Amino acid sequence: MGALNVNLCGIERSNPVIPASGTFGFGYEFAEIYDINELGTFSFKGTTREPRFGNPTPRIAECTGGMINAVGLQNPGVEKVISEELPKLKKCFHKPVMANVSGFSVADYACTCEKLDRQEQVGWLEVNVSCPNVHGGGMSFGTQPEAAAEVTRAVKAVTTKPVIIKLSPNVTDIVSIAKACEEAGADGISLINTLLGMRINLKTRKPVIANTMGGFSGPAIFPVAVRMVYQVAHAVQIPVVGMGGVSSAEDVIEMMLAGATAVEIGAANLVNPYICRDIIRDLPEVMAKYKINALSEIIGGVK
Amino acid sequence: MKQSIFTIVENEALTKDVYRMVLAGDTSAITAPGQFVNIQLSGKFLRRPISVCDWDDTTLTILYKVVGHGTQAMSRMKSGEKLDILTGLGNGYDLSLAGDCPVLIGGGVGVPPMYGAAKRLVQAGIRPTVILGFNTRDEVFYEAQFRKLGCRVRVTTVDGSYGIKGFVTDALDSGYTYFYTCGPEPMLKAVYKAATTSGQMSFEERMGCGFGACMGCSCKTITGYKRICKEGPVMKKEEILWER
Repeated sequence: MGALNVNLCGIERSNPVIPASGTFGFGYEFAEIYDINELGTFSFKGTTREPRFGNPTPRIAECTGGMINAVGLQNPGVEKVISEELPKLKKCFHKPVMANVSGFSVADYACTCEKLDRQEQVGWLEVNVSCPNVHGGGMSFGTQPEAAAEVTRAVKAVTTKPVIIKLSPNVTDIVSIAKACEEAGADGISLINTLLGMRINLKTRKPVIANTMGGFSGPAIFPVAVRMVYQVAHAVQIPVVGMGGVSSAEDVIEMMLAGATAVEIGAANLVNPYICRDIIRDLPEVMAKYKINALSEIIGGVK
Repeated sequence: MKQSIFTIVENEALTKDVYRMVLAGDTSAITAPGQFVNIQLSGKFLRRPISVCDWDDTTLTILYKVVGHGTQAMSRMKSGEKLDILTGLGNGYDLSLAGDCPVLIGGGVGVPPMYGAAKRLVQAGIRPTVILGFNTRDEVFYEAQFRKLGCRVRVTTVDGSYGIKGFVTDALDSGYTYFYTCGPEPMLKAVYKAATTSGQMSFEERMGCGFGACMGCSCKTITGYKRICKEGPVMKKEEILWER
């Protein structure tokens, strides 16, 4: 077993680095510039039951140490993801992919997950109950323990693949929500999704984002993410996938020390399309510097 | 798309707030005028997308307007300084549809990609008519460069302080075979209405990545959803939906 190997919900992976959903499309833009099989896996663009255009533009705002996005889950819908995106992906990526799923009702989540469950290419279902950019769904399921548990139970009932629930940081008690998901049968927890944010244009005195608010991500949120991963990882028995502002091999190690079994990288992909590959290549040297023999040994190392 | 380090060769002011920067580096990913590059700036999170004005085997020329902190920082950079740039982004103009006498219409910072298009049309033996639109005399740039290529050039200013008084559409007469345009959206709409032929127009949008990964700059078109950064920024007249 390699020094970078980790086991995520029963699936052995060559390294803990996972490009996060919404920052990696369905992989091809990146496959044009490097062999994405170097990645352990990636989480594909958030998929819903029906096709979605998403929010009006502007959807993006620059911030100190990060960005706000309000894309609003633009995706071709689960049917087309299965009939068009996955076959295309198969040509450039030969490992199990993480399917990211969003919905507007419990039935939506179950329906989309049931369809993706039948896809051989899908290794894990990452169920997003934390999108801040859609109304009447998304984040509203992730802000109350009972609603998050209900989605978890509904998805678990239709799949045999590992189910990872992706949580929102925009809550008062992240631990109670994570625990509710664990009790409902979740195989893992991933966090954090973006922090709800807003920018205002001083000239126009209007919000920069057409949707007024959006999700703040990037290096500025890293400390919040480390704290929440630490809190959740110490409260649940299931694996935690850490994300939020991760931009370097050092950040990956810090996230794993906080309790993450695997680490997702989001906003950094948009600035440096090679970042995930570079981090994987940097890890051995940084591990040596901190006298780490195997990444799997440091998970949750900080008590 | 290619990520590489470029070295600034020249960085000079053309007007009060429009600058010309020449960069040396690997330009092999640039394939068509109308494409753009995405520039990383120290202290800024997102890159700055800027259209390509011209390029050859070893250099890239961009003309940019100072509109915020990022472009202001660029305007202060000196030759010899290095920039991390993603090149070869977007589709660019398809010049094969130009016909014998195309018209190129650039408004303000929409002028730069027209230069790259004009140069390549001239190289292909086609002499385009060029209409350059500005607000006022002090803002006019690159007129001489277009003339040097051998283009027929008309300049318009909104206040009439230079060239033809009015908008670019006031300088648009008949007799052209195709149009290529880039400029602010109200100008694009006016050109769209006034044009009597088919053509291509380049759009602007706030971008996240600039290479198709984030869906930050999507728009609706007659032929479906498109990403300004990937399937655009250039669109054919026939596919544009204005209630984007």
